[in-house]
Amino acid sequence: MIPITHAVALSGILFLLGVLGALTRRNLIVILMSIELMLNAVNLALVAFARQWGNQAGQLFVLMVIVVAAAEVAVGLGIVLSLFRNRESVNVEDASLLKW
Amino acid sequence: MTLGLFYFFAFIAIAGALGMLLNTRNTVAGALSLVATMCALGAIYVLLDAYLIGALQIMVYAGAILVLFLFVVMLLNLRQDAFVGARFAKPLFWTLAAAALAAGFLALLPGAFGPPAEIPSDFGGYRAVGAELFTDYVLAFEVTSLLLLSAMIGAVILAKRKIDG
Repeated sequence: MIPITHAVALSGILFLLGVLGALTRRNLIVILMSIELMLNAVNLALVAFARQWGNQAGQLFVLMVIVVAAAEVAVGLGIVLSLFRNRESVNVEDASLLKW
Repeated sequence: MTLGLFYFFAFIAIAGALGMLLNTRNTVAGALSLVATMCALGAIYVLLDAYLIGALQIMVYAGAILVLFLFVVMLLNLRQDAFVGARFAKPLFWTLAAAALAAGFLALLPGAFGPPAEIPSDFGGYRAVGAELFTDYVLAFEVTSLLLLSAMIGAVILAKRKIDG
């Protein structure tokens, strides 16, 4: 049996790495991958707590998160493609039109 | 035994995430190391009695989502990327603040939870999860189909070369 503290600590570390990736990298695809990593860290915490309390609702939430992540990736990569078509770049510094 | 396997897969997961984060030369290699992270997380889900979720993790994340990433990376032929960490005003301060927060989080963890609950033998299997999904959570399941449909339409419209009219 895995102590829940270990699973939650791993989840926190993975989430931290995802935040670091989203903040320090400028490649839009890497930022999207970091967001995926953060979603996975949350999934891990949900699964660990589902095991801890013996409640399957946590696992169902993970299912929903996976679906939302799939939809997000489809739309996000569509945006990346059309951005690349217009700007010849996937660097977020080149797409700062809405920044003030 | 279980704990040893957990440490093994946790090491793979963290190493894969670090590989994705630190690899500024080659985005394809970064995506592939994220595949290793997703597979290790699937194994950890199985160790945590979430068998259906573990299988879905490997099929959907490692199989579908990251292949989509690889497609786009290879399609775009990307140039090098660099860290912008040095551009933060006080990087050392923020690093120390993040480390203090993480240390506090980890220090508070032991003793915060009691022993794990007793679970039935089919906990997390496709039968138990599916029964709950199609009874208590059937509305969320149906809304999910709408979300996927709208995401599909959005992706098609975004990726089209030119929108007519």
